[in-house]
Amino acid sequence: MALGLEASLGDTVVTTKLDEIINWGRQYSLWPFVYGTACCAIEFMSAAASQYDISRYGAEVVRFSPRQADLMLVCGTISYKQAVILKRIYEQMPHPKWVVAMGACASSGGIYDNYATVQGIDTIIPVDIYISGCPPRPEAVLDALIKIQDQIKGESLLQDRHQDFKGILD
Amino acid sequence: MNTTALENIKAAFPDATCKVVLGSVVLDVQPENIENTLSRLKNDAQFNCGLMLDVTAIDYLDYPEQKEARFFVVYTLRNWEDNLLIQVRTPVTDPDKGIPTATHLFGAALFGEREVYDQYGIHFQGHPDLRRILNHWQFEGHPLRKDYPIDKRQICYESDSLEKEIKARLAKKGVDESTMKDINTEVMFLNLGPSHPATHGAIRILTALDGETIIANVNEIGYLHRGFEKTSETLTYNQVIPLTDRLNYCSSMMNNIAYAKAVESWLGVEITERAQFMRVVLSEFYRVLDHLVCLAAALVDMGGLTNYWYLYNEKEAAYDLISRLTGARLTSSFTRIGGMYRDFYDGWKEDLEIQMKGIEKGVGDSLKLVETNRIVHDRTQDVCVLSGETALNYGLTGPTLRASGVAYDMRKDAPYYNYEAFDFDVPVGSKGDVYDRFMIRYEEIAQSLRIIRQALKHIPEGPVNIDNSQICLPPKHQVYNNIEGLSNHFKLIFEGVHAPAGEWYDGFEAANGELGFHFVSDGSGKPYKLKVRPPCFYIMGGFHKMVEGNMIADAVINLSCINIIGGELDR
Repeated sequence: MALGLEASLGDTVVTTKLDEIINWGRQYSLWPFVYGTACCAIEFMSAAASQYDISRYGAEVVRFSPRQADLMLVCGTISYKQAVILKRIYEQMPHPKWVVAMGACASSGGIYDNYATVQGIDTIIPVDIYISGCPPRPEAVLDALIKIQDQIKGESLLQDRHQDFKGILD
Repeated sequence: MNTTALENIKAAFPDATCKVVLGSVVLDVQPENIENTLSRLKNDAQFNCGLMLDVTAIDYLDYPEQKEARFFVVYTLRNWEDNLLIQVRTPVTDPDKGIPTATHLFGAALFGEREVYDQYGIHFQGHPDLRRILNHWQFEGHPLRKDYPIDKRQICYESDSLEKEIKARLAKKGVDESTMKDINTEVMFLNLGPSHPATHGAIRILTALDGETIIANVNEIGYLHRGFEKTSETLTYNQVIPLTDRLNYCSSMMNNIAYAKAVESWLGVEITERAQFMRVVLSEFYRVLDHLVCLAAALVDMGGLTNYWYLYNEKEAAYDLISRLTGARLTSSFTRIGGMYRDFYDGWKEDLEIQMKGIEKGVGDSLKLVETNRIVHDRTQDVCVLSGETALNYGLTGPTLRASGVAYDMRKDAPYYNYEAFDFDVPVGSKGDVYDRFMIRYEEIAQSLRIIRQALKHIPEGPVNIDNSQICLPPKHQVYNNIEGLSNHFKLIFEGVHAPAGEWYDGFEAANGELGFHFVSDGSGKPYKLKVRPPCFYIMGGFHKMVEGNMIADAVINLSCINIIGGELDR
């Protein structure tokens, strides 16, 4: 049953909130930028291949240019040598953007508690979803994707996320 | 190694101390003789050690036994035709002064010595490009020195421009500053990576271009350096196994096996017949999987996306068997010192046969697209040619070396686990171009499947772990039901397997080439030093030799066909 404007204008018009329609679009057309450095990137390859088929979630357009992507998947260990580049690429992505830390290394440094490895990429850039596992299974990647979609549903266009984030390189 | 070879070495180097460790000769020479020794070992026909496998150093600061100097540099050389492995050690009294370089003798030393400089701070006099390689340029100190705390992290604020290096390389090629600036011959610099789809991980390739042709190339690696070697020093021998998974993560089990084999060779244990067969079957299966991933990704880089589905889907299918066997998809951790984690499950032979049939079908489908495809031929034949001589000089091993026509394969030339009893061929390339590197991998898949089928026929029944309470954990019913079993379990878990004090090197033919482990043990349950000889590292060291003079697009497919894996390259 139609209400308000829709009732008087008939089937040709749908009214909704701006947030909702835009978030609906964003949710189902995430373009991932795969920041693959190590083992997790191989599991992402599996998530993209036929058996798990990430395109079922509308996220199969893997971009290798940060300027064309809105979802950054950090798959693998980030060393201090790499951290500068990670930050720079994150900054090159246009807003709005989301970050998934895939696997133990990206989330916390994992088994590499030593001089070379960043102990979690959330010390460099803001992270939305963490995936556990070393490496996580492809199902976990899909699960993270669904979680990001749920998160996007509740976001507002007027609010800038992570405005006051400050990492070790800032 | 036979005794005459040892006699010859002793006669040729009367000043050096010479001993035999695990069939390899260890020569101790003074720094002033190091150049002569290495040059003689390389050029003298009776030694013919044309392959420099590795360069590393040892820091004896905390070592229980007093040595004549704190640092020693070790060069590992191989004469692959006669299966002769020689390690040349030299003391370094003053690391800042260092020792003379070996770069004019072996191209492999260019990368090898840089790593020693980076990790240990030992200077090499006359090295043309001595700077950090794994750690970032703002790093201070040398992490593998024993007095560097493992958790002392250093932040890098800016990446290195590499401008000096590329200009030096250009100057070497005869392009000087004025030619670079001349409007007619202006050189264009193009940077690929470290985050670039073609680099499959994180490698930075900086090229100087004339049109589309690469005049000069320098590379930067170390973006995935995660301190494997330093971390290993804090773990027991068995605890290192999960770390080895993450070296070449496309064929994790081969690293497990190579590592366990290296430790067992020093302990002097012979694993059970069944475990040996298991290791052969599994390492050949993983060789196939590694080649599948390499070919799938390489063909995508060339624009053949269909090949990715044909080849990668078979790898994906193989995970069913692997996860049933090991409990994990990618990181298997399946070996233990003295055997395997557990035996195969019931019905594994049928599963394996199904997987192999699938792989044969996938490879066949892919070959139909590639074998007679004019575009593939034009893009790969006579592209990025590397002669056998240069390949050996730069320390290349594995399929990339064999593509250049050198038939060195450890499974034939230094066999282990009864490889001499298997009937298989070692394919070699005729040109050393990208085409050969592709086709070698297709052929090796077929040969590996051949080995697996033979092994399946002859695999004996029996235990998979040796019966030695000092090395292998006792069965669970003993741990739960009697005090000897419990204390045995406790001691092995807490203290680890005790390796007698000493130093040794052991190699293994992994999917990318010779994967070697160089250990120093102080007699405790943890390695005093553990150095990996990664095949990728030296292949990357010869990368500029392959791509200079070729087009930029050729460099991309060349990078994918040499299968650089970050975990192993940077450790």
